[in-house]
Amino acid sequence: MDFTGVVSQLMAASDAPPGLLPAREQMALSLGWHIILACFGVAFPTMIYVVHRRGIVRDDPVALGLAKRWAKISAVLFAIGAVSGTVLSFEMGILWPGLMGRFGDVLGLPFAFEGLSFFIEAIFLGIYLYGWDRMPARLHLAMLIPMAAAGVFGTFFVVSVNAWMNNPTGFRIVDGEVTDVNPWQAMFNDGVWLQFAHMWVAAFMVVGFVVSGVYAAGMLRGRVDAHHRLGFTVPFVFATVAALVQPLIGHVLGLRVGNTQPAKLAAFELATTTEQPAPLRLGGVLIDGKVYGAIDIPMIGSLIARNSFDKPVPGLDTIPVADQPPVNITHLAFQSMVGIGTLLAVAVVVFWLARWRGHDLLSKRWFLRGAVIAGPLAIIAMEAGWIATEVGRQPWIVWQVLRTSDAASQSAGLWWSLAAAVVVYVGMTIGATVVLRSMARRWRAGEEDLPTPYGPRSAPVDEAAGR
Amino acid sequence: MSLAVIVAIAMFAGILLYALFGGADFGSGFFDLTAGGSERGGELRVLIDHSIGPVWEANHVWLIYILVIWWTGFPETFAAATTTLTLPLALALVGIVLRGASFAFRKYSATLAQARLFGAVFAGSSLITPFFLGAAAGAVASGRVPAQGNGDQLGSWLNPTSLFGGLIAVGTCAFLAGAFLTADASRSRHDALAEVLRIRTIGVGIATGIVVFAALIPIRNDSPTLSDRLLGPAAPLIVISAAAGLATLVMLHRRSYSSARFAAVAAVASVVIGWGVAQYPWMLVDEVRIADAAGAPATLAGLLVVVALAVVLVVPALGYLFWLTQSDRWTDAEHAA
Repeated sequence: MDFTGVVSQLMAASDAPPGLLPAREQMALSLGWHIILACFGVAFPTMIYVVHRRGIVRDDPVALGLAKRWAKISAVLFAIGAVSGTVLSFEMGILWPGLMGRFGDVLGLPFAFEGLSFFIEAIFLGIYLYGWDRMPARLHLAMLIPMAAAGVFGTFFVVSVNAWMNNPTGFRIVDGEVTDVNPWQAMFNDGVWLQFAHMWVAAFMVVGFVVSGVYAAGMLRGRVDAHHRLGFTVPFVFATVAALVQPLIGHVLGLRVGNTQPAKLAAFELATTTEQPAPLRLGGVLIDGKVYGAIDIPMIGSLIARNSFDKPVPGLDTIPVADQPPVNITHLAFQSMVGIGTLLAVAVVVFWLARWRGHDLLSKRWFLRGAVIAGPLAIIAMEAGWIATEVGRQPWIVWQVLRTSDAASQSAGLWWSLAAAVVVYVGMTIGATVVLRSMARRWRAGEEDLPTPYGPRSAPVDEAAGR
Repeated sequence: MSLAVIVAIAMFAGILLYALFGGADFGSGFFDLTAGGSERGGELRVLIDHSIGPVWEANHVWLIYILVIWWTGFPETFAAATTTLTLPLALALVGIVLRGASFAFRKYSATLAQARLFGAVFAGSSLITPFFLGAAAGAVASGRVPAQGNGDQLGSWLNPTSLFGGLIAVGTCAFLAGAFLTADASRSRHDALAEVLRIRTIGVGIATGIVVFAALIPIRNDSPTLSDRLLGPAAPLIVISAAAGLATLVMLHRRSYSSARFAAVAAVASVVIGWGVAQYPWMLVDEVRIADAAGAPATLAGLLVVVALAVVLVVPALGYLFWLTQSDRWTDAEHAA
């Protein structure tokens, strides 16, 4: 038996198609990777706009310098974001033919609108990146506006598809055939607005904390100047607003899950049996039907999940085993997201309260260290949120309509595809890290324009460096 | 004309624009690859950076446009193609990822060694993608994608029509890129470079023309349905393509670079439209007609809204981008830089 056969036999459930597991792994890898860059596509243009506008309006060279650097960073990030987004388009068909073949005309329309958003973003990105010193300054600045707007629309349309997978509507199934398709109803399903708000705000949290963390790291190394303060403050303000709004959106979204997807809520809360009132179960794992290592806080579970001190949280025992999601991953991912989100919200409150009282925490090393860690934490929280909602929807790809195993490719060859994807994504991560770090290094050394090393002007320098 | 056919035409318009503009970007990889060592090739590589840098991401989105219209408007044939053509599509995808990433990485490389590595990956992957997309198109056009999907994983694209499809795609991409780059070099007053590009583009044009017309012979046996219509209703387009191709070569020879671009676009557009006309009325040749492939009517109508928005929002914006990159102010800034 060949390699792929052995792996499939070892890893896949007996009745699942051989493509199921590699398809799920590859989707998780490529979506989890792309979503970070998508956040930059959504939130970064707005932040660049703020510093660029300040640079022009206040004639502030520090702000303008930041805008120029952020534009160059976005050139790299948006390029790998564009190609990794394309991967997802192909994967919809290669990994999930059972979903796309059967429901493509139900769920596809938001993707088509998202394509338009992507178009607008790519066009104005090209103009903005190459427009420096080639266009009137105000007009050049205005090129960021369609980019930022496209980010908002694009988020809505992409999340709309995911919301439809959780709240399928806009069609009927008669004798196994999909009929009465209404793509607009599918697009504006009941879950779309809250899910969109949750992801849109998450994008600002991720980019805000990551970018401010970069400048906090600079200040930790003694580079405390106007450049670093502004580079920290602008994204941190965005992150602050997002981190404070996000728990509210998340709470309302969670209440919805209780009504629409009780199995997912039960997994979120690690509710093995229906309890009234339900406790908040912190941590813990489920092994052979028993919960180990959890800390129960009475009644708070009902409060958080149902907005009441005594409403029950329906337990997993009310759900057939075949329809239960993988509980431990869902539960731990959900609580990681909530825990980190709460921590970040508290942290921004501490910062602004201290500032209000006249203490500048940017001079405190402990705060700067925390600000550096906040970037990766925000990414982890967002990834955990996606894991929670996606794994929590299992075994369904379309909630109570289509099982993931029925949507997946039949091809065991997907193990090779997964292996190739791992190699390509590792390579792309290394390439991006090397290039971005080298850009930062050259900026610190006083270079501004970063000419290409094979260009005519830079050739002598680079030949010397190459020897 | 039915709603399904209108949507199919809108999708095909995306294929045409992707083949022309996305194709020219990919074709630049050929000239990057053959530019020579880092010292001699530096000038051309900088020209390629300036030429495709502002536009490649926008041109790339035509591919997304094609895919979303396909799976939304004709979902079952999309699944049939992706389950049959998994390998060529995955390889084209690897090329897309490596091309885009390494192009951006190269521009901001710190050292010449890094730039060489990323440049090699950029140039090589620029050839991979058109070849495998062309091969996938050949599989559809020669009737090797079964309606129910999961067709022959290798035979579907390892056949004369697919291989010629791949070669034609690579050749037309390089030909377009050559015509555009020669004009760009001349406009930014890199006259010596324009001379080099002129000779190479003429060579690429002759080679591609030979491949395009030689392909008609094996396709005759390999894909009778396609061939009958290629030599029937699509025949005038084949003639136009030949004439426009020859005109391009003459214009390049006479150094009328600006008009040569339009002739090259006309030549390649005729080949692509010729394929489209030859494939009509099939979505998957010999397997599924466009009308039978179509999804729900409400969704097709929704797609027309998307297409209308694309015409109103995207096309003017794209025109603005192209106009800017071709304007003297942008070219002069490049020259000064």
